[in-house]
Amino acid sequence: MRIAMASTGNSLEAKIDTSFGRCAWFVIYDTSNGGIEFIPNPTKGVEDHAGQSAVEFIKERNVSKIISGDFGLKIKPMLDSLNIQMIVVNDNTLTIHHIIQLLKKEES
Amino acid sequence: MARIKRPRKILNPPSIKGFKPYGSDADLRSADPVTVLFEEYEALRLSDYDRLNHHQASIMMGVSRPTFTRIYAAALQKIAIAFVEGRKIAIEGGKVYFDSEWHHCNACGCYFNQPDKNIANPLCPLCGSEKISDYEFSGSPQYSRFSDGKCKCPECEYEQAHQPGLPCKAQACPQCGHAMIRAGAPRRNHKTKQR
Ligand SMILES: [Zn+2]
Ligand SMILES: [Zn+2]
Repeated sequence: MRIAMASTGNSLEAKIDTSFGRCAWFVIYDTSNGGIEFIPNPTKGVEDHAGQSAVEFIKERNVSKIISGDFGLKIKPMLDSLNIQMIVVNDNTLTIHHIIQLLKKEES
Repeated sequence: MARIKRPRKILNPPSIKGFKPYGSDADLRSADPVTVLFEEYEALRLSDYDRLNHHQASIMMGVSRPTFTRIYAAALQKIAIAFVEGRKIAIEGGKVYFDSEWHHCNACGCYFNQPDKNIANPLCPLCGSEKISDYEFSGSPQYSRFSDGKCKCPECEYEQAHQPGLPCKAQACPQCGHAMIRAGAPRRNHKTKQR
């Protein structure tokens, strides 16, 4: 399973971004092989509809879950229709490393 | 140019796949089913089961009032055909999505939705905890931290008290009919503690 995360930076010590559409980087974590990929968010500087553009971008990556600090209002219908789960972390200090550790523990 | 058909929101998928008539030659006659689309099922459910008026129901489904009326009329006509001709009803298809519910993990504090309706009691997708409670809010979790307050009309600024458990956007403005939003909804990064 592939899981996307909104990240403030391109390292494991970066934090979960509080915005999905305007986050700095996307992290794609592949639970099947532990692969971690950092992709700069092309919609970061977009004026309008950053969230929708980000969904268009991320759905090409075949993810089934997205983890972020928050999601815009208009995103849920899009993700619902794509069957992608949204996970909103409540703790903005969590790093990408923490999240991946949680996901690994959850998998096993 | 062809108009893009927007997916329509369905709050609850039907619990069954359709209906079968019974009677003397029911099996013969029911060979060719009438197909009721999900959105037609939903229009009927909102209007005649939940007893919403067409205006409220159109907001719930995220379509215009005339579109709602058209979907609703199609639903009624199909059911009438099935009744009169003794045909099966299959409920399927249409460009729809199911509006998933939100859950809250009491262990790690995250919020998540569950797009797969077949999973009744989801575990936390982050920490695996079973301590999950249902969560109700309008659109974005950050809004939910203010469970009371006001709904506001973004068109004409009309305000009314928020009814807990009822999403603001499901409310129609009594003055102009526009879908309401949460008044003074904070965007993000505010430090208000929940509970
Ligand atoms: Zn949890
Ligand atoms: Zn109004």
